[in-house]
Parts: sequence; structure tokens; C-alpha cells
Amino acid sequence: MDEAVISVRGLRKRYAAVEAVAGIDLEVRRGEIFAFLGPNGAGKTTTVEILEGFRKRTEGDVSVLGVDPAHAGSAWRNRVGTVLQESAAEPGLTVRECLELYAGYYDAPRDIDETIALVGLREKSETLGEQLSGGQRRRLDVALGLIGDPELIFLDEPTTGFDPSARRAAWNVIDGLRALGKTVFLTTHYMDEAENLADRIAVIAGGRIVAEGTPRTLGGRERMAVRISFTLPSGIAIDELPLQASAQNGHVAVESERPLADVNVLADWALGRGLDLPDLDVRRPSLEDVYLELTGGAA
Amino acid sequence: MILHQFRYDLLAFLRNRQSRFFTIVLPVLFLVIFVSVFGNHEIGPQNVKASTYYVPGLSAMGVIAGSFVNLVISVTAQRESGVLKRRRATPVPAWVIIAGRALTAIVVALGVMTVLLLIGRFGYGVELPTSTLPGVVVTAIVGAVAFCCLAYALTTVIANEDAAQPMVQAIMLPLYFISGVFIPNVNLPTWLRDVAEVFPVQHLADGLHHAFDPATHGTGIVWADVGVLALWGVAGLAVALWRFTWTPAAATA
Repeated sequence: MDEAVISVRGLRKRYAAVEAVAGIDLEVRRGEIFAFLGPNGAGKTTTVEILEGFRKRTEGDVSVLGVDPAHAGSAWRNRVGTVLQESAAEPGLTVRECLELYAGYYDAPRDIDETIALVGLREKSETLGEQLSGGQRRRLDVALGLIGDPELIFLDEPTTGFDPSARRAAWNVIDGLRALGKTVFLTTHYMDEAENLADRIAVIAGGRIVAEGTPRTLGGRERMAVRISFTLPSGIAIDELPLQASAQNGHVAVESERPLADVNVLADWALGRGLDLPDLDVRRPSLEDVYLELTGGAA
Repeated sequence: MILHQFRYDLLAFLRNRQSRFFTIVLPVLFLVIFVSVFGNHEIGPQNVKASTYYVPGLSAMGVIAGSFVNLVISVTAQRESGVLKRRRATPVPAWVIIAGRALTAIVVALGVMTVLLLIGRFGYGVELPTSTLPGVVVTAIVGAVAFCCLAYALTTVIANEDAAQPMVQAIMLPLYFISGVFIPNVNLPTWLRDVAEVFPVQHLADGLHHAFDPATHGTGIVWADVGVLALWGVAGLAVALWRFTWTPAAATA
């Protein structure tokens, strides 16, 4: 399972005066869903377009499915699916006709009906692409990326602009790709998306990879202090609390290395005085907290 | 593979109301209006009936509408909406996409011309050329191909789909007027005719006029006109090969 599908070493891309990508290494293994995160202008799109073969690099080694995408031909494109960030429907064609057209581009396409069903567009298969809702159109994009039965799929912000239920539906489709044994290279702005779908995450900022790991361990998240927070009970001053705490607008936060023991201390103290601790919350920093920290809040 | 692309491009074309209007309805409308207004007077350098003059002239417009106008607008829109880029991400060779779309344009162009010829024949009793038919067919095909190449060339300087429609009309309308499509260009000052001589519209219209002229004998092919059209086609192709892009102009920073 740990065969590298994408392998990048020392990748650089310079535009005139700017170095958009300043020497990055990446490795994506077969069968994993890899999320690539970063604020706008961080070099994310440039990197993806180099991997997809749309852009030439300035420096470095890039191998995608064992081939340099800068010189890849149609044999390589037969093995790669691309769902671009912005692409309209094929004008004037129904969902089924779009898929028929694209199926004709590949040597060994997937079954059209099965692909339509996979993205949940069965009832819309005779509808013109331009008449679909935003979410449905994006699912058609995903279907077009899958129709060639690729080993590797690039998904560039697949759920931007979706409502929550459409996003869930799209996640199910993407998660289903894992079951098909596909490798997915996902870029997204949504931390919950990366957290739900990705096996591994890399964060790019200022043209460099600033963190890499699983959703649980990214940026040392698993070692970060847990935050215990609650509303200060009335009539109690902050220095009466049994633990070192900070308060803002009556809302108390305790940074804790040992959350279970500290919650216990707090509970004993409060119950002993007959107090409640309203809005009690114990939580690790979210992936979003970690991400904002890593990217300097530039999301 | 070209035929695969052609089939879906043609389907998309026929379903698009705007392209149906500008490529099919408009030339037909012009034919009906011009012939109705000028009746069956004798006009033009060859002193033929107005209808015999306007059928080939507006056929030239139909060929241009089907190939050039139609292609510039749809290719620009497809480029800007990311459709071309997405197709480029598939294994299909670039030339298949381009040739398939161009073939659609050529077939549409010839189809529009056929419609105009039939209306001319049965609506206005215009004699269709028999011995000079090769002149009509060769000129129309070379013209359609040349205007396809020019269309691909022009898309490279159009920034977005909103600019495409005004741009092609701004280029074509004056050329229609000075190239004998709407009015016989013997009525024009010499210098304006000299200007028209440079551009391909004049040569497409002239080639077709010549083939329709009852006084013409032989195959009706005017090699000078066909040659100029071919030269424009080659020039257009060269620009297209040099400058054509698959990705939206707006995103190419």
C-alpha cells in the first residue's frame, strides 16, 4: 500500500519576481486520500497545476504515476482524473451525453450508468448540464473526472459553494473512491472536509510546506494543550478558582496538559460549593485552530 | 474520434438558441429582406436579377456565420468556462477537439448555404448553377476552412465571452458592406474596393457570385479568390498554433 503515486522533491516555481513555490517535497501513496491545504496565493494552485501537467516547473523532480507530468502523453492521462476548480457544464449536453462524450476520450472508461449512480445523478441523467443546481453540477464534474476509471484523481475544491447536505453527499462520493482503491489528491478550504476525508494532510503557506500529518497529528495537534472553558459562576472571582485560568468577558479558559485530572479538580471544587459551571466545554484545538496558527491566520 | 467529437459538438450547436439565430436565422432573414426590398431589379456588375445576386452574396455571409462567428463565440466561451481545460485533462489529443469542432462549423456553414440556395431556388426562382457547381462547392469549403482557422486565431486576442459577440460583429459588418455581400460593391469608391480586396470576405463573396453568374462558363472556380482565402486560412492557422490557449485568459496571471 505504500507505493508512491505522487512524489515531489525540491519543487520550485518562479514567476518573474515571485517564487510561488519555494522548494517543496510531497509524497502521496497509493489508495490514500491526501488533502492539500493552504490559503489563497500560498502556491497551492500552482503546485496542483504542475502535478496535473498544466504548468511547467522551474526546478525540482516531479513524478506522478511514475511519469513526469510536464511530458505526459495520453497514456498517462488515461490513468489520471481531474476535477478542476472552475469548469462549467458542457453547453447543450445532458448529463448522460456529457459522460458519453468524455467516455469516448478514454481507452477503458467506466460504465456510464454506474458512474451516474455513483455521484447520485440518476434522476437527472436526461437534464441539460447547465440546468443542474450548483451541487449537482459539481457532482457531474466529479463524474467526468471518474469516467475514465483513473487510478489517481485530483479534486480541486470539490465542495466550494455547497449547502451542508450537498457537502455531506459529496463526501460520501469521495469516501466511496477509497473503497474503489483510488488515490485522491484533494485541495480544499474546509477543515472539516479534510478532517472527515483525508488520511493525510499537508499545509502549504508562502510556497513552503509548513506541516504534514494525519488530521489528528497535524502541527503537533495531539500534543497541544486541551482547553477547558466555562462561564464564571456569579459572585466568584477568578483567583478563587483551584486552577490557573484566564478570563475574558466572564468566560474562563484553562489550558490543560492533563484534562481528566483538571476537570476532576474543577468538579470537586464546584460541587463542594454547590456551584454549577455553565457552558462547560473540554476540547482539543480544532484542525481549523491548528491551520490558522500554521498559516498565520491568512486563510 | 473526430466524428465522436463532431457528433456532440453538432448536438450542442443545434440546442443553442443564440447560435441557431445568428448562424441560421439571420442570413435567411437578410435574404428575405434584401430580395423583398430590391425586388427583381437588375443589379450588380453582371446586371443579374437582385435575387440571383443576393443568394450567393448572402451565402457567403451564411458560410462566415456558420464557421467564423459561431466558432469564435463558442470556443471563447468554452475556454473561459474551463470546458477546454477539462477536455485537455483527458487523453483526447488536442487536434481531435479542434478538428471536431471545426468540422461542426464547416458542416453548419455548408448547411446554412444549402438552406439559402434552396430558399433562393424555390422562393425566388434563382437558377442554381449546374456546370459551375464545383465553383460554389470549392469556394464554400475553402472559405469555411479558412474562416475556421481565422476564428481560432481571433479567439487568442479576445479576453472573455462577453467581448466575443460584439467583436466578431464589429469586424464582419463593415466587411459585409464593402465586400459585396449586402450591396454590389461597384457602387463603392475605388479606394474602399481596394480595402475590401485585401480581406477574405470579398474573395468568398466574389467566388460565389462568379459561380452564380449565368454568363460564367466552365467550372466556375475563381482560383485567385480561392487562393486568397487559402492564404488567409494559413495565416490564421499560424496565429492559432502560435497563440491558442486552453486555459481561461482571466486565470492566466
